Amino acid sequence: MIEFKDVNLVYPNGTQGLKNINVKINDGEFVVIVGLSGAGKSTFIRSINRLVTPTSGSLLVDNEDILKFRGKDLRKLRTKTGMIFQNYNLVKRSNVLKNVLAGRLGHTGTLRSIFNLYKKEDVSLAYESLKRVHIDEKIYNRADELSGGQQQRVSIARVLTQQPKYILADEPVASLDPPTSHQVMNYLRKINKEDKITTLVNLHFIDMAMEYADRIIGMRAGEVVFDGPVSEVTEKTFEEIYGRAIREDDLRGGAEQA
Amino acid sequence: MTNPKNSIADKKTIPSIYPTKTKLQVTVIFFVILALYLFSMKKTTEDMVNGLDGALGNMFRVLAKFFPPNFEILKAIWNPMLETIQMAIIATTIAAIITIPLAILSARNVTTFKPLYYITRIFLNLLRTIPDVVLAVVFVGLFGIGIFPGILALIIFSLGILAKLISETIESVDMNPLEAMRASGANTLQMIWYALVPQIAPQFTSLVLYVFEINIRASVILGLVGAGGIGLTLNQQINFYNYPNAMTIIIVIFITVIIIEYISTKLREALL
Repeated sequence: MIEFKDVNLVYPNGTQGLKNINVKINDGEFVVIVGLSGAGKSTFIRSINRLVTPTSGSLLVDNEDILKFRGKDLRKLRTKTGMIFQNYNLVKRSNVLKNVLAGRLGHTGTLRSIFNLYKKEDVSLAYESLKRVHIDEKIYNRADELSGGQQQRVSIARVLTQQPKYILADEPVASLDPPTSHQVMNYLRKINKEDKITTLVNLHFIDMAMEYADRIIGMRAGEVVFDGPVSEVTEKTFEEIYGRAIREDDLRGGAEQA
Repeated sequence: MTNPKNSIADKKTIPSIYPTKTKLQVTVIFFVILALYLFSMKKTTEDMVNGLDGALGNMFRVLAKFFPPNFEILKAIWNPMLETIQMAIIATTIAAIITIPLAILSARNVTTFKPLYYITRIFLNLLRTIPDVVLAVVFVGLFGIGIFPGILALIIFSLGILAKLISETIESVDMNPLEAMRASGANTLQMIWYALVPQIAPQFTSLVLYVFEINIRASVILGLVGAGGIGLTLNQQINFYNYPNAMTIIIVIFITVIIIEYISTKLREALL
């Protein structure tokens, strides 16, 4: 369970990234956070694994206030929160299997990882993860030889290999075309249901949010302006979140092709 | 300053490619550089009142003394030549190893702790300001004539170049994979090993080979001040006015350097 209690974040340049956030994310939920760029979606999601650090309030992950974490505690927190990025963030010159095994780094000792002495279970776990996103035939390809959609699937496999309790996905489909976007969202959704991994996804496409989310959190200017199950969400809700009328480019489309 | 947007709209003319300010700056820089050239030209002409008069005649006289080269000493110079190559290999290897921590500590994107970054930077800048020959003279004074002071001088000399070039390579890497590793709970060493090393490995190898080339040439020069190797032998022959022998040594150095540079260039091409 993740719980934000009066969380504020002010960046050194004075920008208020998060303003009085009070949100509770229950285990197993698939939450989509929507909002325009600059609304604080990224800051929200990155607070949970402390890639950014809120300046006040408390943020509980499994009933521990993670804002006080340093060093070892922080690494432990990060091993249970897997992250997926807009730009996939793979090591382009390394092969797919090695990229996926990097998901085990948090569970592996420094010496073991430097000499590639992964446990047999870890290697087979990495391979199984690649199979789950159907990219196991590319294990020895270099990451930069793959297409964007394939790279994002490798990064999903990396997160699966990490065996996290939470998955944080920061605009995972923003660099992909509509059919590939749906494919990636389908994998995330499937993993959420099968492995019971709580998943938080940042999106700015309204139709995708509606299609995949259990629950939608709307953000504007660092504040949570909507929080509710997807069944309560209408076009009007989005207009309130975005503070303007809905436009063509707020939709990803292409759902029927997926 | 006039508002460029308005002036374009008023005159309805085609805008120039560069803004007036840039043009002005470039013009000023041009004239400053021109003035520098004129100044240094004046200085050198004062010193060279005789021009090249004597030099051309002298050149033939001096060159004639070097020919024909005495190839009988080939056997004797084989050893010092190998010594020079060994010096370069040992020095480059040791420098390449010591460079790694220094380059990481002097890369702004990895070493976020500012004081450490500045201290390493200053230390490396100091290393680079010392010319290799000065290093060799100092070490020969400390340890006596031989290859050991030469190796030490080369290590410090190549450390300055390598650490600087490699830290700049590190600063230009893609930081995204490092962020991904951090987000998955990896520690700093694992982040460096998994996300940074694969990105800089080809450039690292290429730069080390390049510095090896430089070290071969530098070790010849260092030999002239007593730091072992073929340079030392060359210096002895020149001091004895034994020019045909010196010529053979020069030819051997020339061929060796060309061969090593050729191999190194091919290797580097294959890497990048």
